[in-house]
Amino acid sequence: MQPLTNKAQAVSRKPMTFLERLYLINIIKGMVITFSHMFKKQPTIHYPEQKREFSPVFRGLHVLNRDEEGKERCTACGLCAVACPAEAITMEAAERTEDELHLYREEKYAAKYEINMLRCIFCGLCEEACPKDAIYLSETFAPANYTRKGFIYGKPDLLIPNPKTEAAALAMAKGVEA
Amino acid sequence: MSEQIFFKVTIDNITIEVPAGTTILQAARQIGGTVAPPAMCYYSKLQGSGGKCRTCLVEVAKGSEKDPRPMPKLVASCRTTVMDGMEVKNITSDKVIDARAGVVEFLLLNHPLDCPICDQAGECHLQDLSFDHGKSATRYEFQRRTFKKHDLGKNIQLHMTRCILCYRCVFTADQLTNKRVHGILDRGDHAEIATHIEKSLDNEFIGNVIDVCPVGALTDKTFRFKNRVWFLKPMDAHRDCPTCSGRVTLWNRGDEVYRVTARKDEWGEIEDTPEGKPGWICNTCRFDKKETSDWVIEGPRAISRQSVIAQGHYAGNVGMTKPTETFKAVNGGRTPHLLLDIHDESEVNQPQLHLGKIHGPSHGDTFNNKIENA
Repeated sequence: MQPLTNKAQAVSRKPMTFLERLYLINIIKGMVITFSHMFKKQPTIHYPEQKREFSPVFRGLHVLNRDEEGKERCTACGLCAVACPAEAITMEAAERTEDELHLYREEKYAAKYEINMLRCIFCGLCEEACPKDAIYLSETFAPANYTRKGFIYGKPDLLIPNPKTEAAALAMAKGVEA
Repeated sequence: MSEQIFFKVTIDNITIEVPAGTTILQAARQIGGTVAPPAMCYYSKLQGSGGKCRTCLVEVAKGSEKDPRPMPKLVASCRTTVMDGMEVKNITSDKVIDARAGVVEFLLLNHPLDCPICDQAGECHLQDLSFDHGKSATRYEFQRRTFKKHDLGKNIQLHMTRCILCYRCVFTADQLTNKRVHGILDRGDHAEIATHIEKSLDNEFIGNVIDVCPVGALTDKTFRFKNRVWFLKPMDAHRDCPTCSGRVTLWNRGDEVYRVTARKDEWGEIEDTPEGKPGWICNTCRFDKKETSDWVIEGPRAISRQSVIAQGHYAGNVGMTKPTETFKAVNGGRTPHLLLDIHDESEVNQPQLHLGKIHGPSHGDTFNNKIENA
């Protein structure tokens, strides 16, 4: 068949010369390339000791926000759950009672709030949908786990530390030196 | 009987013939679609309703064939009857669109905009109206009007701050019950829906005020905060009710009945029964029949694709047949090996917890297994 392009090259069956059979020149050529890399800038880092900075638009593990007084902002409106393309978010709403006024911002609150991290695709649409500034995607990964059970994140896993009672923990979570 | 006179009326360049005495709004609804002006206070099933909210304002570009002068001001289409040869501009008129944006701004002046909390969100006419016709910001800088909370009995929750004073619930109580106990108290900025003095609404048909309320001012206490409407499955169902038509929409989660409402048509009004009467439902059907076994389920309700309720909702010709499980058949009778049964771990939607059967809203304790639910 007529070649369609001129890229095809016939394999050379010519026997190797003495110099070629020594392989020495080609070994040196290869080593030059290898050693030259020792003087180039390293693209990798030593991960656990060194950590890369996250990009400002990084979308990691979710947090549930509190207001300045430590009240939970989430009011279980369900907009994050309806926006979620992976259907990872579920919740149960409850009515705030008189003695829970200091715990929740609004009349209604999320009694249970769960994100299935196995389903979550970290698209950030929940953050966009939230009308109450209650859910944010932080700059952390969802840590690995041995069982699937460990990926159902409930409210204790997601809520940020209370700025009134656990100020030190909050500062640590934010990564600010206390 | 004298012969019925038909008038030719043109709304947004679409001509339709309607009997004399029809309002512009009704004629526009017969054309349908976006030609129909929105209505917050007008309710075709309630006599005397309309003329209060001004959202249905339209421009009459030509009064009639005999008197072709345009009407000087925008008119409320729910209260203006058609004339022969009338030409009406609804969305084709810039004046109307501008006026409607103004009306929406006024309606929202004192509205708390607590949609994330409100149970009406997702089926709220004020939400739809402000989405379609409103502006995205308000110019109001003052304190919004608030009210002392009124208790309207064990089944109906009143949020007066959300009320737009459409009077629909007042007409409902007048026309469906023999004695109205609630109404508008005070006037002007202080006007509020209330009973005098502290009475509960407990007429057998008073639950219909929840369905007619265009906003979340009157909501179902038995459904309060249970779930968002767009996560529920609306199902058409009926039961043999001695007091009412018994034709309802059930709002289910799984097989649990969370809420019962009357069936609503595309204008958000109660559907007619096959006998041609409005399908009002009684309080027993609405508040007390929360068992699936109480109802004969006809199938999923058709929901407009524009509605948020249509998300995740199958409707049409699916009927009541569930799809057959194929896993066992193709795997020689073996059941799938589950690595995680979500109910073992998840605290949401617990199978042993029947929220639909709790009367009021749930509280923190409800989900912490402190209350035993049989």
